[in-house]
Amino acid sequence: MPKGTGWRISLICIFVLLSFLYLTPTLVAKLPTWWSGLLPKDKIHLGLDLQGGTHLVLEVDTQKAVEGSLDIVATDLEDTLNSKNLRFKRISRIGSDQVSVQLYEKGTAEDVQKLLKDKYPGYELSPPHDEGGFVALNLRINDKDAQDRKDKAVQQALETIRNRIDQFGVSEPVIQREGVNHIVVQLPGIKDPQRAIDLIGKTARLEFKMVREDVPPTSTNIPDDAEVLKEKSVDPTTGAVSEIPFVVQKKSLITGDLLTDAQVRIDSQFNQPYVAIEFNSLGAKLFDQVTAANVGKRFAIVLDNNVYSAPVIRERISGGSAQISGNFTEKTASDLAIVLRAGALPAPVKIIQNVTVGPSLGEDSIHKGLMAGLIGVVLVVLFMAVYYRLSGMVANVGMVLNVIYLMGALAALGATLTLPGIAAIVLLIGMSVDSNVIIFERIREELKLGKTPKAALDAGYDKAFLTIMDSHITTLITAAVLFQFGTGPVKGFAVSLSLGVIINLFTSLIGTKVTFDLFLAKGTAKKLSI
Amino acid sequence: MELLGKTNIDFIGKRNIAFAISSIIAILGIIGIIQIGRGAANMGIDFSGGTAMQLKFDKPMPIAEARKALHKNGITKVDLQEITEGNKLLIKIDKNASAALGKPADAVQAAFKKERPDNPFVVESTTEIGPSIGDKLRKDTLVAVAISLLGIILYIAWRFDFKFGIGATVATLHDCLAMFAAFYVMNKEINLLFITAVLTIAGYSLTDTVVVFDRIRENLHKNLKGAMHTIFNQSINEVLSRTIVTSLTVFLAAASLFFFGGEVIHDFSFALLVGVLVGTYSSVFVASPIVVLLENRALAKQGTDKA
Repeated sequence: MPKGTGWRISLICIFVLLSFLYLTPTLVAKLPTWWSGLLPKDKIHLGLDLQGGTHLVLEVDTQKAVEGSLDIVATDLEDTLNSKNLRFKRISRIGSDQVSVQLYEKGTAEDVQKLLKDKYPGYELSPPHDEGGFVALNLRINDKDAQDRKDKAVQQALETIRNRIDQFGVSEPVIQREGVNHIVVQLPGIKDPQRAIDLIGKTARLEFKMVREDVPPTSTNIPDDAEVLKEKSVDPTTGAVSEIPFVVQKKSLITGDLLTDAQVRIDSQFNQPYVAIEFNSLGAKLFDQVTAANVGKRFAIVLDNNVYSAPVIRERISGGSAQISGNFTEKTASDLAIVLRAGALPAPVKIIQNVTVGPSLGEDSIHKGLMAGLIGVVLVVLFMAVYYRLSGMVANVGMVLNVIYLMGALAALGATLTLPGIAAIVLLIGMSVDSNVIIFERIREELKLGKTPKAALDAGYDKAFLTIMDSHITTLITAAVLFQFGTGPVKGFAVSLSLGVIINLFTSLIGTKVTFDLFLAKGTAKKLSI
Repeated sequence: MELLGKTNIDFIGKRNIAFAISSIIAILGIIGIIQIGRGAANMGIDFSGGTAMQLKFDKPMPIAEARKALHKNGITKVDLQEITEGNKLLIKIDKNASAALGKPADAVQAAFKKERPDNPFVVESTTEIGPSIGDKLRKDTLVAVAISLLGIILYIAWRFDFKFGIGATVATLHDCLAMFAAFYVMNKEINLLFITAVLTIAGYSLTDTVVVFDRIRENLHKNLKGAMHTIFNQSINEVLSRTIVTSLTVFLAAASLFFFGGEVIHDFSFALLVGVLVGTYSSVFVASPIVVLLENRALAKQGTDKA
């Protein structure tokens, strides 16, 4: 055996073994029991375009999160000032970053100013100023805090969405943050994408508000502290949607963050599903107080500004459990229970991208991709065998090695195979023999110059080396850029392409060369089949 | 076996014809890109925003009938395309119409269920892209294209001298433009996969050019006295068979994708096919003649400087 052949052959064999090792979980339907410990267990990941599923990009309306926290500050302040008997005209959020406090007298302004300074040290406080005859103070959230709040909102939204999806039951979901305020959600193999999308996108802000029966909903003169919300109901037989308007207090008495549990129950009397909710101790206390103080009045159960029901409080309810009934089917009730358990999103989210691929199309794509690959291989193999005879077969072996290595590498790196990724592999079948073509053509030229097979071979590989490096590096540059900027299927293409190019360098410069070296080493070869 | 024996074709001499053809292609490509910029081309919804759906019906669903069913239910601005194999229908609704419909995917399904209850269907895929994502993708893509072209130019400039760098860059641009031209003329959809194909070909077509340039450089070193014209022609003829064979193998692979790879990557593989063909042509007829022109001009300048 010629010098330097040993390590090259060992390397080739080791890589083949490794590739098959990593490919075993993909190729074998059920792994034997002894296959454990450090042995790889992951299959090649299939992209959503191949296995079917939904890819969503959500945009969190982070501005709303800041506004929400300012609304809480405003409500808090109202309570504090009331409890201290400081009279005020109005406390409200102005714009997206300020809370304004309007007072009747200069005297109270000083007390309030002091109180604000102590209570909200992080906020910027304006000096008292005159505003239409009243004294006004403005509390402004500073930019850093606002930024923090936004950041936390995205983080919370991510956690909440993860919770919801976990409870909905999707295997191997991907939920990750992208950029400043985007969240990417991938739900492979999901059967009812629309339901999942509704579940994820719901803000699920649950509020209990008192109904103002003193104001008719048709009135054009709704008081400042009240608002009109609607109850939507769908007639189960005709599908017609009807809306019942309610005038409710703007201020909510109890909110969904005081819940500990929500479960679907079936009403034994009407056989209607409803959602049973449990409050935590604070919530239970509040609920007890509210119901005690308002027996005989109506309160509205509001989710995301839609009234679900507006029952009359018949008696004081202690113990901290309540129920939400409405026009539920079993599915909608169970989805509502999930979002209530997982908690509300800190800010509304908008779905800005939704790519859903049905399982049948995915299967079809895999099938056709493999078919195209197979036909590509056969065509190239035939061509090479006819055109370069035995040497062509060596190149073909190199190409097959290439494909095995590439699949092995994809499995080992946990890369995702997409349909364009399959296309890249098919393309690489054509490209991988290219390096050998460049070498073979060179060898033919050298042979024509009258060199011996051995000398021609060495010269061919030497002179072709730089050309091959050049051509691979240029392809690698574009593949790297595609990887950096591409998403989903395109990224899959870039992964397959760049791995393939690197592997191809190895097989063409080491893999096929060693075969020729072995063949010519005996010194008996007078002619090269090329 | 050999496809070609020893050839002696005057490639450089045909440069005027080649330049004329290439100019037309390039101009078409530039028009295509301008149309894309104006939003007048057939843009995929990944760039323009909107909704795309693929439905698979039980029975054939001609476009005219589908359009009628959708029109009746208020979906008027819609782009339909039929895939006869498997009774499939592609539906594209642009971003404004999508926004007007609210939930366009639901509206389309409801329309077909109502108008054609006799022809049930399954939704094979739905893609809804908000306008902000489209803008972001367009921006990202432009950056990607710019960076990869820059990377390639830098690499070539480092490996070869300046004139070769220009030749290779022009040839690469020419290939990209040709792909845009083909898609524009045939009114095929410009989407992310198409851009992927363009960048792939940008890398690939250089391979071809590099093979030719390597030989030219080698011959230039060997033969310092000969006329540029002759050295270039000789070099191209020497590597002609390998230029053709390497393209052929990739072409075979891309062709099998085109014919058997299914509708999802049909246009993508078409773009690759065009790119492979043009890439081969350009390394012979665009890249090399440009270098000859530049070299001759430099030589002439040297001559006048000396005199």
